[in-house]
Amino acid sequence: MSLLELKNIYKIYGDLHALDDVNLKVEKGEWLSIMGPSGSGKSTMMNIIGCMDKPSKGEVLLDGVDIAKESAKNLTAIRRDKIGLIFQQFHLVGYLTAIENVMLAQYYHSVPDEKEALEALDRVGLADRAKHLPSQLSGGEQQRVCVARALINYPEIILADEPTGNLDDANEKIVVDLFHKLHSEGTTLIVVTHDPEVAEVAQRTVYLRNGKLHKETINENFTGEIKFDNEVEI
Amino acid sequence: MNKRKMFLRMITASLIRRRSRMIVALLSIAIGAAILSGLVTIYVDVPRQMGAQFRNYGANMIFTPTDGHFTSDDITKGKSYIDSKDIVGVTPYRYESVRIHELPVMAAGTDMEQAKLTSPYWSVEGSYPSGSGQILLGASLAEQFRLGTGDEVTVNYTPENPEPEEGETILDNTMDMTVAGILETGGPEEDYVYITMTDLEELTGISGKIDLAELSVSAKSDKLNEYADNISANVPGVSARLVKRVTESESAVLTKLQALVLLVTVIVLALTMICVATTMTAVVTERRREIGLRKAIGASNGGIIAEFMGEGILLGAAGGTIGAALGFIFAQQVSINVFSSSISFMPLLIPITILVSVAVTGVSCLLPIRSATQVDPALVLKGE
Repeated sequence: MSLLELKNIYKIYGDLHALDDVNLKVEKGEWLSIMGPSGSGKSTMMNIIGCMDKPSKGEVLLDGVDIAKESAKNLTAIRRDKIGLIFQQFHLVGYLTAIENVMLAQYYHSVPDEKEALEALDRVGLADRAKHLPSQLSGGEQQRVCVARALINYPEIILADEPTGNLDDANEKIVVDLFHKLHSEGTTLIVVTHDPEVAEVAQRTVYLRNGKLHKETINENFTGEIKFDNEVEI
Repeated sequence: MNKRKMFLRMITASLIRRRSRMIVALLSIAIGAAILSGLVTIYVDVPRQMGAQFRNYGANMIFTPTDGHFTSDDITKGKSYIDSKDIVGVTPYRYESVRIHELPVMAAGTDMEQAKLTSPYWSVEGSYPSGSGQILLGASLAEQFRLGTGDEVTVNYTPENPEPEEGETILDNTMDMTVAGILETGGPEEDYVYITMTDLEELTGISGKIDLAELSVSAKSDKLNEYADNISANVPGVSARLVKRVTESESAVLTKLQALVLLVTVIVLALTMICVATTMTAVVTERRREIGLRKAIGASNGGIIAEFMGEGILLGAAGGTIGAALGFIFAQQVSINVFSSSISFMPLLIPITILVSVAVTGVSCLLPIRSATQVDPALVLKGE
């Protein structure tokens, strides 16, 4: 059984079909990229997989449970327990320190554990910045805190929406390397991106166009490591 | 770290690290609480303050004998029915007809020190008699006799029955006295000559006889009525009655003043609530994205309400504490400037002000927070 399965998913706003009969399976431990131009339905799909929206029609099976039929309250619980979210704009709570932002996810999930939160920050290379506020961190550091927050509760899926969209190349590489590390530890990753370099690092990439799954590519040479077009190997 | 500690850490971090934003809300609550607690302090203290002011208008209770005269013992018994802290002064009066320069005038024997307390409005040129042989002469009589302070006068008393019975001695009913002061009141007091009770008793040869006692009692109208009724019912020979002119006008002014302060207090409370609600609405609205994020990472609506209410309550408690202190200073300034006296400190008002501030802030936060929980995390996180 796939970890996540979308069956004949439609999302309809009036005459607009944001998603039109989408079918997709994601296996446990897989690294999937979703690409597509603006308005192709990437965000809608992301919201549905992330339990922040429901499809107009179809089934979304997560661990065999159809989340499309769940109440808003249950969706909150599923989001809390099974999904780790990473956003393009980081979305850290500005008045909480890096470690407190990580503990926030623990607080809603179970019990805050400062030591564990510090370990998560250490995994993303920010243990020494634990007491800093987001305003005292660079964009790349903020995104790494966001990654630490997403992974702290050991979610079944990490869902990243344009995770490198606001980062320079150096920080993009750091974040993708982190994804690689998480993936190698068995975490399932779904990454929505505009950036082909980021998308192509994944094991598989699906392309959306006008709400439909348009194309799918498998990365035969998957290494999980990013290479930039202008990168010169020494 | 348990959840409660994290909860407290989050709400204190929100208040402390967002202080530039929170200071506006805190000020709004503190100012509201200050005005509110100040007005309540004034409202509660007004009767005492106004009572003290009204005592300047003279006695508000009079003891009269039911059968001609009474004694100082009767007055003492009457006084015992009045709470001692309410008694401002008790002045006995005895009236006798005497002659000055052979012309008849009405003399009043009294206790000068007590007269100062029960008739603070008396204006005396010179001084009050401070011992034997001194008189306080009404301004009208002073003009009639062309007397001024320091002048010598001869005061004669003619008993009703000047012929002594067999075996009785004839009193020396003439005393040479000095005018210690001239009394101006603009009222009938200017037609009297005031001498000490001891001198009058010596002049008349009759002791322990009192015609009237004036009392200045600092109490509300209903309490005064209760005192008067008790005294009249329980002290034989003494009839206590109120000076209606003073007590009724005091009661009327007090009622209107308290009603005014109460009205202002209610209006301020309403304005404070509106102000705090507006501020809290702004505070919550600007944090919609944060609420969206919290929902996205698993916060329930109840959890979000608890966190924001926690902040609101903490803010209300802090604002209430500052407001209670400022309110006392405000009430003190009003009291000093309006009533020329300091205000009584009411410790109970501190927890009441804090509780009211917490309640007002809580209610004010509830509506914006409830609407904020309707935020769709997907939309907010997309920046829409």
